Amino acid sequence: MKKIEAIIREEKLEAVKKALEENSYFGMTVSEVSGRGRQKGIPLQWRVGEYRVDLLPKIKIELVLLDEDVPVVIDAIVKTCRTGEIGDGKIFILPVENVVRVRTGDRDENAI
Amino acid sequence: MPVSSGDTAWILISSALVMLMTPGLALFYGGMARRKNLLSTIMMSFAALGLIGILWVLYGYSLSFGSDNGGFIGGLNFVGLMGVGQEPSSVYASTVPHLAFMVFQGMFAIITVALITGAVVERIKFGALLIFSALWMTVVYCPIAHWVWSDGGWLANLGVLDFAGGAVVHINAGVSALALVMLLGRRRGFPEQPMEPNNIPMVVLGAGLLWFGWFGFNAGSSLASNGLAASAFVATNTAAAAAAFTWMVISWLYRRPSVLGTVTGAIAGLATITPAAGFVTPLAGIPIGMVAAIVCYYIMLLLKTKLGFDDSLDVFAVHGVGGILGMLATGIFATMAVNSAGADGLLAGNGVQFIKQLLGVVAVGAYAFVVTWILGKLVDVTVGLRVGQMEETVGLDLSQHGERAYGGLLR
Repeated sequence: MKKIEAIIREEKLEAVKKALEENSYFGMTVSEVSGRGRQKGIPLQWRVGEYRVDLLPKIKIELVLLDEDVPVVIDAIVKTCRTGEIGDGKIFILPVENVVRVRTGDRDENAI
Repeated sequence: MPVSSGDTAWILISSALVMLMTPGLALFYGGMARRKNLLSTIMMSFAALGLIGILWVLYGYSLSFGSDNGGFIGGLNFVGLMGVGQEPSSVYASTVPHLAFMVFQGMFAIITVALITGAVVERIKFGALLIFSALWMTVVYCPIAHWVWSDGGWLANLGVLDFAGGAVVHINAGVSALALVMLLGRRRGFPEQPMEPNNIPMVVLGAGLLWFGWFGFNAGSSLASNGLAASAFVATNTAAAAAAFTWMVISWLYRRPSVLGTVTGAIAGLATITPAAGFVTPLAGIPIGMVAAIVCYYIMLLLKTKLGFDDSLDVFAVHGVGGILGMLATGIFATMAVNSAGADGLLAGNGVQFIKQLLGVVAVGAYAFVVTWILGKLVDVTVGLRVGQMEETVGLDLSQHGERAYGGLLR
């Protein structure tokens, strides 16, 4: 089992949801996050002059998958989120030890 | 003179309009603070409604408008509203109840104290601010209001014109803010860390309430429901419009048309037209507003980004500079065709008026700066002006008030 943590552009969330849905992946947790990578930041205006905001708003999608499903999902996220510009985001893939479904108590593969 | 129902209605409504400016200012300032200091910033303005609202009726009105003592300060004959009743005063606003004139003036004292707080947000100790405010109203606001507006005040006797408080309110607050910042120092992290406004829509709402209330401030200062009130009303709106639009264009030339900049421009225009509103033609509001935006913009840029001076919400650059410009503009644009009780200015061939206005600016500015510095120092060595390092880092909402602006995790 693997956990996918994908940091993507805010405006790409709907497209990712749709792409995953088309591949029959429905479950996910989404949060609004701030962060920076090579994009560094953007200039904003105060009453006079500018200041730099170096942490930009991004969306983090988390989902847990069976090992064999990982390539399809990664592929779908990369395809929908790539613009080629700095700031497209990153995907982290982590091993998952156990999963428990709270409603039934199902474990691991049965709980995904 | 008998009480005029029309005048009385207008002055009471104007008093209510000016009252609304203080919560408006609270939102205007609050939105520009960081989230952890939102409530504390709002509270600094709102608390003035409580504190000054008491002190004004007890003795503030008397020190400002009581019988004259050497042109400097009012006597104690109106202490506790003694002799201030339903009948008009024989001297001030003789067609409205004396109480109505008194409360109208009180609203000015309240917002002037609240205006100063924008310079010291996010780091001043709340208790120290209250002590300072009480002292400041007593020995700075009341004398200056007396000099400029009371029967026998020395600047009034000299013929210095200040229709609605360019000197008494705006220069006074702006210069005092400057002195207080010098004692208090910068916010921790300024200017290296960007300090983002937490809610610009709140700033816009506050600016809207200020603009609305300003009609009471300026048009109400004609102290009658008459043509002069209408003239001041239109001059006020015109200057605010010209300044808002000009500031928008300046920000556009550099980058994009800024919302925060545009509403700031409106407030700068309103502060600047304040002393002039009832002495100049409504159309003079256009050049006055445009100059207000341009000068305030560049002074703000200079103070904040070049000199690194942490007048946090730009009280001096907007109100101090606006007040100075407005007092001088009055000396240029004033015409007795608008207000026969006023004077002609430079453009009407009376250069002496400009010199008088300059004298008013210098006298009020110098007194406010020096006395505020002394008061601030006094409070600093006794109770301390500044919160501790941890309190500042955590934010004043929690450390000073034990509250937070936005609720917890559960919605």
